[in-house]
Amino acid sequence: MLFGILVGCFYAAVSVGLSVAFGLLDVPHVAHPALMVLGSYCTYLLGLYGWDPIVAGIALMPLFFLLGVAIYRFYYETFEKRGSDAGVRGLAFFFGLAFIVEVGLILAFGVDQRMVEADYIGKSLSLGGYRIPWRLLVAFGVALLLMAALTLYLSRTFTGRAIKAVAQDEPALRLMGANPVRIKQWAFGIATAVTALAGAMLIVVGPVEPSLDRVYIGRTFCVVVLAGLGSMTGTLFAGLILGVSESIVLTLFGASWAPAVAFGLLLVVLGIRPQGLFGR
Amino acid sequence: MSKHFGGFAALSEVSLEVAPGERFGLIGPNGSGKTTLINCVSGALRNESGSIVFDGAEISRLPAYQRTRRGIARSFQIPRPFKTMSVLENLVVPLEYVAHRRTLHTADTWDEAMAILRQMGMAEKADSPSNLLSQVELRKLELARAMAARPRLLISDEAMAGLAGNEVDEVLKILFDLNAAGITIIMIEHIMQAVMRFSQRVICLDAGRIICEGAPAEIVKNPDVQKAYLGA
Amino acid sequence: MKFWIGVAVTVALAAGLALSGTNEYFFYAGYVVLQFVVLATAWNILGGYAGYVNFGTAAFFGIGAYTAVVLFKAVGAPLGVQILAAACASGLLGFGTGLLTLRLRGIFFSIATVAVIFIMHTAIVNWRYVGGATGVQLLRPPAMPLFDSYTRMLFVVMAVMAVVGVCIARYIEVSWIGRGLRAIRDSEEAAECSGVPTLKLKLFACTVSGALMGAAGAPLPMYMSFLEPASSFDLNYSVSALAMPMIGGTSHWLGPVIGAILLGSVQQIVTVTISNEINVLVVGVLLVVFVVAAPDGVLGLLRKLKWFHRSSG
Repeated sequence: MLFGILVGCFYAAVSVGLSVAFGLLDVPHVAHPALMVLGSYCTYLLGLYGWDPIVAGIALMPLFFLLGVAIYRFYYETFEKRGSDAGVRGLAFFFGLAFIVEVGLILAFGVDQRMVEADYIGKSLSLGGYRIPWRLLVAFGVALLLMAALTLYLSRTFTGRAIKAVAQDEPALRLMGANPVRIKQWAFGIATAVTALAGAMLIVVGPVEPSLDRVYIGRTFCVVVLAGLGSMTGTLFAGLILGVSESIVLTLFGASWAPAVAFGLLLVVLGIRPQGLFGR
Repeated sequence: MSKHFGGFAALSEVSLEVAPGERFGLIGPNGSGKTTLINCVSGALRNESGSIVFDGAEISRLPAYQRTRRGIARSFQIPRPFKTMSVLENLVVPLEYVAHRRTLHTADTWDEAMAILRQMGMAEKADSPSNLLSQVELRKLELARAMAARPRLLISDEAMAGLAGNEVDEVLKILFDLNAAGITIIMIEHIMQAVMRFSQRVICLDAGRIICEGAPAEIVKNPDVQKAYLGA
Repeated sequence: MKFWIGVAVTVALAAGLALSGTNEYFFYAGYVVLQFVVLATAWNILGGYAGYVNFGTAAFFGIGAYTAVVLFKAVGAPLGVQILAAACASGLLGFGTGLLTLRLRGIFFSIATVAVIFIMHTAIVNWRYVGGATGVQLLRPPAMPLFDSYTRMLFVVMAVMAVVGVCIARYIEVSWIGRGLRAIRDSEEAAECSGVPTLKLKLFACTVSGALMGAAGAPLPMYMSFLEPASSFDLNYSVSALAMPMIGGTSHWLGPVIGAILLGSVQQIVTVTISNEINVLVVGVLLVVFVVAAPDGVLGLLRKLKWFHRSSG
């Protein structure tokens, strides 16, 4: 149960990048989990040189920011500008991208699981009769900080508010002299940078393998849809709900059913209340 | 025909009636709820309270396509042609799905579509791809497509926005002709001279409420209407 | 008329090949390519005509395969019955998925189809009757006396299925149904206001599409003498079924056929000569390249060169 809460918060942090990219910017970014796994592998690589995962994650953020900007720019020039058929082709593009990243990772690293080492991995904290692995606590902590930082950024800084504004009323923003494309580009870059750190946490929480992005498509979209598009606080709640649900199913039915929880919950939400808990 | 609405965030307690064969004008500043109103009537949106009654039947629960089949047609403010189809084919869609739903094997929809195009003065554009038309042609296509659905009520949503003077006259003539043929028309417009010339009765909306109702000449002189447009 | 001649020629060709002395490997590979013709054609009914991108081909395909296996194990059903039952099962799955999500925007439908893959996969993995994660081995019944091997017979069966699939797609495309689907793809709002029952049409397309995918999956257990969840619900089916129409061209029934033959053959060659992973990479890269550079696919390029005119042929 406690695991559920810790992991749930981690899921929320993982999904927050998608919440910006899809929830606010309306980009059909199904390649988001693939980029996160890419982040995990980069963390692994740096780990081979002795880098601590958290440090590695933070160091990767600027690189991933640029990657995000590049991807959005490409997406915008190729698809969003042309309108009409763009929806189908944009989706197909990201789907293809996700596959290319996944296969690229398989070719580079093989299908075996990779892990990273650090002081806090492998040890547990004893608290009132429970043993809580430190790595979960670390991931939980970083996740919380990350989400808090992002929420503050979106509500306090000028660019942050511009990002929220562009999601709600693009023409008005244009009238104010701001360039919506550059803002969206920036936002996508931030979303991808956040994903890098999430990827670092992913490999802290457990070993990674290239096909991990598939189950995370379910988890991240479940969280984003359950939260309601564009809601940052909702993402935290939704993540917690998912984390707890998964751990309940895990305890009652065993590990082989766990991957289906996120997807099942997603279908239920889509069927009953597609605008999510806090949606616009 | 009569339509009653109740509260929706964009529309509060809006209630209005339109008589058969009437030329009805709907004006109001941007954001006053005009498009929301017709979205509720056409079925693109669901009104939260109140009811919509068309020709004696309650239609609030019906999906949009069924309202079209009952005789309500609309054109879109920003034209939405079926881009991958030719101009002619655009008209065949409503003909197949509304007018000739039960008689597809006997009807010649392509000929009928051609006839409608001739009425609009666009016959020579029949085989053009619909995404290559000029603004006024696009507006006419919107109206033609609404016409092909054989409506009894046609809602024209800012069909003349951004058009030049003679183009406005062209579109206005089409609407007059349609009305003469017995179709009730609700016109949403910002171009005041068009509204004045066309409407028998006008309603002005502001911030989701009706602020004035009456003949065009009165509405224009009404101080509330002037305040709504010029800003308070 | 030209179309039906083409159909007759195709079926005759397939049967002729199967009865000739051609290398057995040809039929192994040919079966796979024909299977992709069915999958790509099925995908295009909803994806190309209506514009709703289905990522879940693997689910419909896998359920078709497992329906066939269950019937075979339970009552020894003949192949024909297996195919029909598989079509029904996957058609139902398509209907259900559509009912849940086709009211929403396109991307939600797409994500829901990914969800369906996972859920079906997980369900099968936990089902002991079909062997769970390890899968189930099968003994093929003897082939019809005409054919030298069971594989040759399956090749012909798949050829017939491909022809049937294309006939269905073509009928939908040129009829008022196809026009309605295209209207939905071009502007769903305007379509509704033109009297098109968008939800019903989308559901129809989704159900037919799913049913065809299930039918394509039905002979798989017999083809491999073996069935396991990991390979039946392989995401590669989803990517390929999406890539092939995008590469061939989505607005005409010929597009998925061209795409399937081209990409399917490339896949066979690459898998055998290089590796399976490179194969998936190639599919991904080709998909992205075509989506970006040649959005109307091979047919679009041919049209630009005036070698192909949009007709109801």
